[in-house]
Amino acid sequence: MSLMVDIKKKLKGFTLDVFFETKGEYLGILGASGSGKSMTLKCIAGIEMPDEGRIVLNGKVLFDSEKKINLKPQDRNSGYLFQNYALFPHMTVEENIGVGLACSKKEKEEKINGMIESFHLQGLEKKYPNQLSGGQQQRAALARCIVYKPDVLMLDEPFSALDSYLKEQLQTGVLELLKLYNGEVLMVTHDRDETYRFCKNLVIIDKGRSILLGNTKEIFKQPKLFAAARLTGCKNISKCEVLSSHRVHVVDWDVILETEKTVTQNIKYVGIRAHDFQMIDAVEAKNEKNRVECKINKIVEDVFEYNVFFENKTIKKENDNAVILYKVKKEEWDNKKDRENLYLKIPEDAILLLE
Amino acid sequence: MQMSPIIISMKTASAAVALTFLLGLFAARWIVKIKSEKAKMVLDGILTMPLVLPPTVIGFFLLLIFGVNRPVGKFLLGFLGVRIVFSWTATVIAAVVISFPLMYRSARGAFEQVDQNLIMAARTLRMSEKRIFWRIIMPLALPGVTAGGILAFARGLGEFGATAMIAGNIENRTRTLPLAIYSEVAAGDMQTASYYVIVVLVISFVVVVLTNYFTMKERKYLK
Repeated sequence: MSLMVDIKKKLKGFTLDVFFETKGEYLGILGASGSGKSMTLKCIAGIEMPDEGRIVLNGKVLFDSEKKINLKPQDRNSGYLFQNYALFPHMTVEENIGVGLACSKKEKEEKINGMIESFHLQGLEKKYPNQLSGGQQQRAALARCIVYKPDVLMLDEPFSALDSYLKEQLQTGVLELLKLYNGEVLMVTHDRDETYRFCKNLVIIDKGRSILLGNTKEIFKQPKLFAAARLTGCKNISKCEVLSSHRVHVVDWDVILETEKTVTQNIKYVGIRAHDFQMIDAVEAKNEKNRVECKINKIVEDVFEYNVFFENKTIKKENDNAVILYKVKKEEWDNKKDRENLYLKIPEDAILLLE
Repeated sequence: MQMSPIIISMKTASAAVALTFLLGLFAARWIVKIKSEKAKMVLDGILTMPLVLPPTVIGFFLLLIFGVNRPVGKFLLGFLGVRIVFSWTATVIAAVVISFPLMYRSARGAFEQVDQNLIMAARTLRMSEKRIFWRIIMPLALPGVTAGGILAFARGLGEFGATAMIAGNIENRTRTLPLAIYSEVAAGDMQTASYYVIVVLVISFVVVVLTNYFTMKERKYLK
């Protein structure tokens, strides 16, 4: 199993320029809304045409601008789960699943019944899509894709149309159902948790360009690029000046940090995830290199944590990007005594060095 | 009151709507498929002309085409022995040309309103373009298409100007209900005219209600 995509397409406002390869592992495509993620999937499925490039699936050329190859969507053997599922509203669940099957009536029935069973749709065969819940619609749409045994299954923001309380429950369910399918799985999303949960590998798309490709956990640990850090949910990012091979001056926060990794000259930004700070008391702070004396701006309460917005107390030049976000567990915060004189430590290994 | 205008009108409107329905669908499908926006605009303009032109202007053009001394009319008369002008066929031609834009525009609107995602999904589900049209686009566009059909029928039934120009007002042959009403009023017989008016009202109303009933029944999946 393999999929290679290398395409360019001019779109309104930007040019899609995507390259990635995948070999049977779930691949996440992470990007902001309107960054060209769905367009990439549509190009693979053949419902949109790239201006140039190549798409090769399991050795079969689906698209090649030089050789003028452009297979019709019908001939690509790809499955596409649309964001809103695109179930045909005038057909029942079983009609939806079987609509494109070209085989004998008996075989068709068997296949449909098999899918109905595997996707837990018993009793809903004769129902129309608008009589189904969001989760049932999703299962029906997924069954409709998988009944053809596609070589690649593309999921376009599969959970964005669902209520958040249903989401997590369904995510596990879908993961379970996807085990019935063995082929390439591509999942487009702007939700970093979804990516982290589902996808072994990850492509990051920023303004139409694929900027980073690699193992999901590694990318989250070391995003390398400013846009990648943003998309993987890093809340605190600032410009920086490299002072020496292990020291940077963080411009917006006016803090000097010592780093574990060697800082190269191409590093332009520093990022720190909101969960990565550690509270220390004033005594400890004296011996700590990477510390910030905090001036708290406001505290926003979430269900399980507080969002503490603060600035460096000793900052010389006020600026718009000076505010830093610290997410802390409620009990940890509640147990902290001297909150007026708050010092935070930035662990050396938590510093993200970004280009 | 005579029966002949009623029978002629019903025959004309029925034959016309059958032709208009097919032509309108065909034209709508063809226009929707065209990729160039400019070509679309121009062709759409041409196909919509009969809707905005005075019916007498359409009648004038039809006479230019089918008149016995004109190429097409001459050909039809000379080789097939068919004279179009002042015949029942002429009433149908007039009704078709006049009612065509209503059918075409309704069908086009209905086709264009079908969710593009559904069509794309159908393609990834290996359905051929022909199958997509009949199994997805047509069923979903049916209410709009039917509405176009009714409008076309009603317009065909009411056609007066172009019919008078090309088919004339010959009793028992080309005198349709609107022409009969005009003739009776012109002759001062308001009584007879009002009977014809009632017939037109009843037919129109029944057709509209019937179609509403059927489209509602058809869209049970929305409930």
